[in-house]
Amino acid sequence: MASPLFRPREPLSPRARAVATALAFVLPLSLWSLVSYVPFVWHPQVLVEQAGDASVPGTYDFIAAGERVDRESFEARNRELAEAGAALATGTRVNPIYLPAPHEVARAFYTAFTTEPERRGDAWLHESLWHSCQIIFWGFLYAALLGLPIGVACGTFSVASNLIEPFTDFIRYMPAPVFGALAVAIFGLADAPKITIVFIGTFFPMVIVVANTTRQVEPALLHAAQTLGASTRQLVTHVVLPSALPNLYRDMRVLVGCAWTYLVVAELIGEKSGISAFIYQQQRYRHFDNVYASIVIIGAVGLLCDQLLALAGTLLFPWQSGHSGLLKALRTLPRRLRAGLSGERALEVSK
Amino acid sequence: MTAAMTNALSAPLALPSYREQSDDVRARFRELKERPVVLSIEQLGKTFDSAKGRVTALSDVSFEVHRKEFVSVIGPSGCGKSTLIRLLAGLEQPTTGLVRLDGRPVDGPGKERGMVFQGYTLFPWLTVKDNVTFGPRMAGVPPREADQKALEWLDVIGLRRFGDHYPDQLSGGMKQRVAIARALANEPRILLMDEPFGALDAQTRAGMQGHLMRIWDSVDLTVLFITHDLDEAVYLSDRIVVLAAHPGRIAEVIEVPVPRPREREQLLSAPFLATKNRLETLIYGATPAHDATVEDGKD
Repeated sequence: MASPLFRPREPLSPRARAVATALAFVLPLSLWSLVSYVPFVWHPQVLVEQAGDASVPGTYDFIAAGERVDRESFEARNRELAEAGAALATGTRVNPIYLPAPHEVARAFYTAFTTEPERRGDAWLHESLWHSCQIIFWGFLYAALLGLPIGVACGTFSVASNLIEPFTDFIRYMPAPVFGALAVAIFGLADAPKITIVFIGTFFPMVIVVANTTRQVEPALLHAAQTLGASTRQLVTHVVLPSALPNLYRDMRVLVGCAWTYLVVAELIGEKSGISAFIYQQQRYRHFDNVYASIVIIGAVGLLCDQLLALAGTLLFPWQSGHSGLLKALRTLPRRLRAGLSGERALEVSK
Repeated sequence: MTAAMTNALSAPLALPSYREQSDDVRARFRELKERPVVLSIEQLGKTFDSAKGRVTALSDVSFEVHRKEFVSVIGPSGCGKSTLIRLLAGLEQPTTGLVRLDGRPVDGPGKERGMVFQGYTLFPWLTVKDNVTFGPRMAGVPPREADQKALEWLDVIGLRRFGDHYPDQLSGGMKQRVAIARALANEPRILLMDEPFGALDAQTRAGMQGHLMRIWDSVDLTVLFITHDLDEAVYLSDRIVVLAAHPGRIAEVIEVPVPRPREREQLLSAPFLATKNRLETLIYGATPAHDATVEDGKD
């Protein structure tokens, strides 16, 4: 009999699932720690502490204290010094600067917010992050305000679909960043061209996705509504929209992720701004711990947004809550708590 | 009942003719035919253009349905019964002929022809009560009044306490009862039912037939009912329109000689079995069995 872990499509037990989910984070972290803290695993460079006798000439006499140099160069320099009978250089094996250790990145989650910008006028991390969120918000809002109605129209009426979708599909295949130069020329250097890029990046896929989702509305529901006397307008407002709404909402959640992708490009055109500019600068100052922290923070903000939207979804669409565990879990929480308490009491009694 | 049973079992060939009507059944039909015609179907025809060429789904179908009559349409797969009811509902346009409701030609769907579909078509985002009030609300009936009416209909179908449930929380039979109430809340002139109990198990189905009979008895309701179940057709109907396939056309219109009110015991009575026998001959006797399976699902 095959292990229960490897039966096709067989759901895992809750315990196995919890372990697997934990491992999903623990395994890469362990790998990272291994590479960072165990010297002989990788550590291809040497952080020079003392450069030895700098007066000895040689191919490798550029080595100076406080620098990270390749191990080969370091060892070659020491051979040169040894031949000359001079004092040897000393140093410790380290990883390249672009791979900080976990504890350094962990510390950066705090220090990235507290370190003052290196140059006056540069943005703090939280300011950069807030600026990015605003770009996303406006770009996505405009895309949704236009894309939702157009997409629903395409999904409902064949004439709209045939009129709009081919051209939209055509533009959709152009990468949004290619419009960067145009956007700057038209909208100048401030936020407007960045919002435009996020808009272009999300609007065109949105029309296609919304149209497809709307097309999936069960025709039988439309027929039923028609035999109940609904007018064309009522079919759209009372059948198509409510029927497609939960799936449209899910589409919007996916497309917000799409907007984050375009944000990074958008922020680097014209005047650099936002979280991407922050990352870019930290990289230039070689604060790679801050770079990693910022990247992880983007992921965290995205995940948090998505989870909040998912939670809101279960509240917005109660007829679907049968399928979503969260609302059900919340609703049954008091009962389960009571059951849990009485269970514990029973245990105490049995003792 | 036992007498009828032994009769049916010992001498199946000694059945009376399905045309033989007792005096009260004959009187009932005489009275029925004097009632005004609600729905009249005149030389209705429908052809589709498919990849294999032109397909005639229905050809020259004509019959009338009188007020408070219960008419079933039955036939083998591919006889166009679903096409017929979609034409009557106005969801499709006929190629030839005409449908009249109270004398006025029908074009397009309308609330005076309520419809109950084979699949579940309740709106999943609306509660049971809001599903029932859908038609009235679309027509601009004030919400309070529509709600009041809805509760009355929920009483009729015996689901008042499920008014605030969502359709997904109901069983298949309950969903179809709500679908019936939803159609009736519009006070249609005729109720079109397209194999409404087709997806239900046998036991639920029998219960639903009983429900439908009770509703039909208590309300001034004209019904046109599509089915492929012979027992169901005989049990429910005043008349049965039997269609033949390729092209779909009327084979015979049968006046069911079983007296009303109907009880399940009558399923084994002589007039019932005679009628069922005739239906079987018309539907399965004429067409080879393999033909029916080939065309399965096309209907």
